Amino acid sequence: MLQKLYDWVDERLDITPMWRDIADHEVPEHVNPAHHFSAFVYCFGGLTFFVVVIQILSGMFLTMYYVPDIIHAYESVYYLQNEVTHGMIVRGMHHWGASLVIVMMFLHTLRVFFTGSYKKPRELNWVVGVLLFFVILGLGFTGYLLPWDMKAYFATVVGLEIAESAPVIGGFARTLLAGGELIGAQTLARFFAIHVFFLPGALLGLLGAHFYMIRKQGISGPL
Amino acid sequence: MSNEKRHRVSRRQFLTYTLTGVGGFMAAGMLSPMVRMALDPALEAGADSEFVSIGISEDELTDEPQRVDFQMELEDGWYTSEQARSAWIYKEGDEIIALSPTCTHLGCTVNWDSNENFPEQFYCPCHDGRFERDGTNIEGTPPTRPLDIYDVEVRDGAIYLGQINQRS
Repeated sequence: MLQKLYDWVDERLDITPMWRDIADHEVPEHVNPAHHFSAFVYCFGGLTFFVVVIQILSGMFLTMYYVPDIIHAYESVYYLQNEVTHGMIVRGMHHWGASLVIVMMFLHTLRVFFTGSYKKPRELNWVVGVLLFFVILGLGFTGYLLPWDMKAYFATVVGLEIAESAPVIGGFARTLLAGGELIGAQTLARFFAIHVFFLPGALLGLLGAHFYMIRKQGISGPL
Repeated sequence: MSNEKRHRVSRRQFLTYTLTGVGGFMAAGMLSPMVRMALDPALEAGADSEFVSIGISEDELTDEPQRVDFQMELEDGWYTSEQARSAWIYKEGDEIIALSPTCTHLGCTVNWDSNENFPEQFYCPCHDGRFERDGTNIEGTPPTRPLDIYDVEVRDGAIYLGQINQRS
């Protein structure tokens, strides 16, 4: 049945070469944990991506109940956490997953560093990786404010004071991030927009570039 | 022998099956809480609304319908608000009848005994819809079903109204 459906589409659109091109590639022995168990360190990049996918999915579902408004944000989070069936699980996935992305990304960076995979010709992919690092930190920072409880609010107060301490552009950066002088209604709306539209857009674009370069250049050689 | 041969699974097939199985299991484990969460409003059984006091007692009622305005708490997810409601309430023998004032034609508000041409009837000013004292729609006027009726409860002589029920 499924095969027939596939054949029908394939006959018309010739999709086999497309996914073959994505799926079929050599996995060298030195990155295959079946040959050398220590090669599991090569999994960290893929695991980071896996957790990012969980973050995107659980985040999409959370926005069904969350409202980015200072009057109702906390109440809506409380409602989805305590009243909605499995809301606690989905919010938990997003909450713990956020930390896990950072951990996995850090381990992935260590692997790339200690195998020297950033060297020529892969310098550009290292640069894209560093940009991804900043985008994910930004996602963590903006997401932290959204529950609008005491911890969220004062973490953002501190975060914006750090931004303000930057030389020359500090005051400007702070006002721009906060959307005014107050940390309030406009800050929350702004952080929400950055968290669900701007940074995920940047994240997907950079990930595309990251993966394209890996396929183009292949996995770096053994130590 | 040949039967056995036909059922041989190639290494590639075996890998396809196990990887699809494990992958499907993981995807299901990931997605099922999310989907259940999204479906929650549809799966949650519609809870009956609670009875609220409307601020009059049983012995204030007569067999003449009188209009009572009261507030009902409306819970909408994380947002709770007060909603203004009204009822036409009277005694029919021992029974207490509380009718919704919403015309079953297009939702205007009906009044008791307000049009001098139609005494002792509920009259809707929008399209001349009329109802009998018990809420039955009068043949030949726009409404197609009787006025909706409240659940009524008497606690220590005070009147409490519950949810509104449709009659056919």
